[in-house]
Amino acid sequence: MTAALWRYTPLFLIAAAWEGAIRAGLMDSSLLPPFSEVMAALGRLVVDPELYRHAAASLMREVAGFGLAVIVGIALGIVMAWYVPVRILVNPLVRCIYPMPKSALIPVMIMWLGLGHLAKIGLIFLGCLLPVIVSAFNAARGVDTVLIWSAQAAGATRRQILTEIVLPASLPEILAGVRTSLALSFVLLVSSEFLMAREGLGYMIAFLGEGGVYDAMFAAVLLVTGIGFAADRAYLAVARRLLVWRE
Amino acid sequence: MADASAAGAGGIRIANVGHTYRPPRGRPVTALEEVSLEVAENEFLALLGPSGCGKSTLLYLIGGFLPIESGGISVGGTPVAAPGPDRGVVFQHFALFPWKTVRENVLYGLEKQRLPKAEREARAAAFIEMVHLDGFEDSYPSQLSGGMKQRVAIARTLAMDPGTLLMDEPFGALDAQTRSLMHEELLAILKRTAKTVVFVTHDVQEAVLLADRVAVMTARPGRIKTVVDVADVGGAADAIRDPRFVEKVDFLWGQVRDEALAAQKGGAG
Ligand SMILES: Nc1ncnc2c1ncn2[C@@H]1O[C@H](COP(=O)(O)OP(=O)(O)OP(=O)(O)O)[C@@H](O)[C@H]1O
Ligand SMILES: [Mg+2]
Repeated sequence: MTAALWRYTPLFLIAAAWEGAIRAGLMDSSLLPPFSEVMAALGRLVVDPELYRHAAASLMREVAGFGLAVIVGIALGIVMAWYVPVRILVNPLVRCIYPMPKSALIPVMIMWLGLGHLAKIGLIFLGCLLPVIVSAFNAARGVDTVLIWSAQAAGATRRQILTEIVLPASLPEILAGVRTSLALSFVLLVSSEFLMAREGLGYMIAFLGEGGVYDAMFAAVLLVTGIGFAADRAYLAVARRLLVWRE
Repeated sequence: MADASAAGAGGIRIANVGHTYRPPRGRPVTALEEVSLEVAENEFLALLGPSGCGKSTLLYLIGGFLPIESGGISVGGTPVAAPGPDRGVVFQHFALFPWKTVRENVLYGLEKQRLPKAEREARAAAFIEMVHLDGFEDSYPSQLSGGMKQRVAIARTLAMDPGTLLMDEPFGALDAQTRSLMHEELLAILKRTAKTVVFVTHDVQEAVLLADRVAVMTARPGRIKTVVDVADVGGAADAIRDPRFVEKVDFLWGQVRDEALAAQKGGAG
């Protein structure tokens, strides 16, 4: 516990510097409200039912878009590695879409899917799909042939080899790709909500900013940052669980 | 044991088999050329030869893991087309599933054989005990030493009770004492349930001790150089002092050394 506190010392220092700089008049408080005021605003925010309405909307989009991307991405990546026709069909698409900045898709998504949940889910899904596909594909191609032989000699069918051998053998690399996607999903979620939403945490930040309620806006930014951080920590804990067999 | 010249219906028949590796980058490597060999049903054949001569490759071909490009292989009268549980393999580098515990590794093949659960569990436990790994059932391969992993691989394959056993230096990572114990266990198992065995080793003594016949391969591209009948010697731990045993070991040593020297000379090219 104390070790964890020490680890975050730099954060406390930044908070202190932030507060000090404004108190000392080094920084304009209309551009950056003092840390203490932001904290007070955060206190008000977390008891405001509005927050939970926005958070629920964001959560729904995040879970749907990211969850779908993980499931589809792993399946597609492994199938691509295993079945040549699928690879020939999908690989060029993946190569073209991979380097594309996914936020460029926001207007397209609005045009196709409107301003509701679907556009954000679609954006997160597309953005997160690619890193997952690529990691699953590379991992599945790199599986030690002898492991597959070993399963074949035991009498495993082709499908069993995919689910019982290729998938677990690829897991370490897949989990790394999924982590990249997790971070990306938050970026896409919040930025899409800035531009095209009537609810959601990103919308809330934009709304508070336009209304000039800066302390609450900064509080919301800190909150979103905290959620992203917590999600990453939780993800790492789950991943470590899944990979206990590695040493 | 079985007579070498009469490769029975259950034996392995290898006729004029060659194999060339064609890596996507780099030039093709001819690993085997015109290999012909017969292993009688329930015969124990040891395979000796210098490193890189194609011993593993030959085992992979019998196992059905590599496509047979030239010549033919049949096991039990059926041409080899694909891997199958009738041929149990102990791979040179163990090939354990790293995400499965020792017990789960041993159980994997038994589950595929659809044995009743109680019997699977009992059989897995018995073979884990046979390789002296009781107490490590719940360990992952990453937590085991090389020799321990090798013993898991042996237990996993033997538990499936295949009619044909293909073993690639199965005792190579073991210390002398454990190796000698494993020799006894293996011979005891073969006495109980007869099997056709192809056993790759670098250890000439081990070959003469365990095998009915010993085949020596040439340097790459591997062919069969000589086959020596050693059924009349070995089999017991004190056999190594038998002068006839020593004589066969010496002879085979000479054969293998010649090829190892040839491999060194040719190795540069
Ligand atoms: N996947 C591969 N791609 C290309 N060449 C290969 C491949 N596997 C083996 N070879 C080549 O084929 C030859 C025979 O290899 P193999 O593994 O069968 O030898 P070995 O007799 O088992 O050697 P060792 O005693 O060292 O295990 C080697 O010279 C090697 O260079
Ligand atoms: Mg080998």
